[in-house]
Amino acid sequence: MSTIDRATVEKVAGLARIALTEAEVARFTDQLSVVLDAVDRLRAVDTSDVPPTASILPTFDVMRADEPEPSLPLEDVFRNAPLREGDLFRVQTPLEER
Amino acid sequence: MNALPRTVSEAAAALRRRQTSAVELAEAAVAKAQGDRYNAWIHVAGDHAVAQARAADERLARGDGSPLLGIPWACKDIIGTKGIETTAGSRILDGYVPPYSATVVERLDEAGAVMIGKTNLDEFAMGSSNENSAFGPVKNPHDAARVPGGSSGGSAVAVAAGETLFALGTDTGGSIRQPAALTGVVGMKPTYGRVSRYGVVAFASSLDQVGPFATDVEGCAIVCEALFGKDPRDATMVERPTGDLRAGLRRGVRGLRLGLPREYFEVKGMEPGVERRVREAIRALERDGAELVDVSLPSTDHGLAVYYLIQPAEASANLARYDGVRYGLRVEGRDLVDTYRRTRGAGFGAEVKRRLILGTYALSAGYYDAYYAKAQKVRTLIKKEFEDVFSRVDALVTPTSSTVAFPIGAKTNDPLAMYLNDVFTLPVNIAGLPGLSLPCGVSEGLPVGLQVIANYYDEAMLFRVAAAYEPLAPKEALAA
Repeated sequence: MSTIDRATVEKVAGLARIALTEAEVARFTDQLSVVLDAVDRLRAVDTSDVPPTASILPTFDVMRADEPEPSLPLEDVFRNAPLREGDLFRVQTPLEER
Repeated sequence: MNALPRTVSEAAAALRRRQTSAVELAEAAVAKAQGDRYNAWIHVAGDHAVAQARAADERLARGDGSPLLGIPWACKDIIGTKGIETTAGSRILDGYVPPYSATVVERLDEAGAVMIGKTNLDEFAMGSSNENSAFGPVKNPHDAARVPGGSSGGSAVAVAAGETLFALGTDTGGSIRQPAALTGVVGMKPTYGRVSRYGVVAFASSLDQVGPFATDVEGCAIVCEALFGKDPRDATMVERPTGDLRAGLRRGVRGLRLGLPREYFEVKGMEPGVERRVREAIRALERDGAELVDVSLPSTDHGLAVYYLIQPAEASANLARYDGVRYGLRVEGRDLVDTYRRTRGAGFGAEVKRRLILGTYALSAGYYDAYYAKAQKVRTLIKKEFEDVFSRVDALVTPTSSTVAFPIGAKTNDPLAMYLNDVFTLPVNIAGLPGLSLPCGVSEGLPVGLQVIANYYDEAMLFRVAAAYEPLAPKEALAA
């Protein structure tokens, strides 16, 4: 039983960097509890000695020749930027104020 | 308004006989898309289409033999198109114009196909009904009060309503096959690793794959021939020759062993009309010479749980990039983290938020082993069961969905009921196999889909079985 509570939804939404309204917190708490109960059934499956599958591909660490190619035109890229300063994306200070 | 030809190959033949031109086809398709009554399109790119069609007509005049030359198509709006707004059905990509095209778009450009516009979808492909789009729900052309399925609902409807000859979708848990079934067209998901995902908005990276919709099996095979093949810009591809995907289209099923996984016929909520149609289709294949083999995939029942852990977990990582800094919506907050929170709170819809919270939870400290790692282990079991079965059969035949198209709004407040739409399709993504849905008649006036699943990289077998059944499908009239 892994019923999720309001505080957990708020905490996880914080980790996921998503602002939720009070109504969303209440609704998601109920809905996610139902979904988590459903996925909890996996606990009963015996997976001792079963390796995890992260990708079905037989390949890993795919490399290609490290040859320089032209970058995208800066004007095309910055056309989408909400805040630009010269040839840089403008951001706020990444440190939260204490 | 001129009707479009019915299939890709009929259109190609008409172009070569000079009965029509690429510009005429493009203008007809653009007019149909602009007059669409099902909210299938987010953006109709009329000028772009006519310019591409002019170039196609020049190539046709020179005798160019590309089978997609001059053929109109529709692009799910989660696939990046250079210079043409790409939304992923989300407010968070508001105004985003990609500086480059996805490889699949480049390949269709090179093949001379003519892109008519971008189709509606569930936001970030998260949904099975197309009700989760920031641009409003897509309606089913056979009954506009019902959903078309999702998430590639707009692409399915654009083909089903005769507004274009083929379309591209993406399929993470059934997002091509389920809407194909619910709208009565052919939809196909290639083997994982067959098609480049460069330039496609990422949802769940170990599951996502691009594939075609068309009115017939051959149309899907022709599109796959253009899409398949290694792309140096996508590291998650296999080095495999495409082969002749159309080689088996007229070979029939005589001598083939078709597996019927019993777990796909014992599902709660299966509509009797759907089961009847699928069983009739299987009998038709048997009469045509196929040998039917009862098989079992015992872990099928765990597919939904595995999928709803792995898929949201991967999505929570992929969608971290929407931060209001480099593109799309930005809602300014008091500091950087507050800007992230506000931007994402305002930009994502309810279903996307639910899945990102679920995925973040499944990956968080203390829960990772119980949820995400456990799901990856059960994934191994599901994959192994398919591998064992494919040592004994050439293909599997199942229902695509347990129901016909359901009314808009019927499941929007019950996420789990909505997720159950995909129980027959998502195991195919978990295992990474190729799958296809094609129409197998009608129940309650609405289309029913037959799913064919083949072994890894055996798309030619998928097309062979589907093409053998295609002429045997009942021809009753649909509601519309």
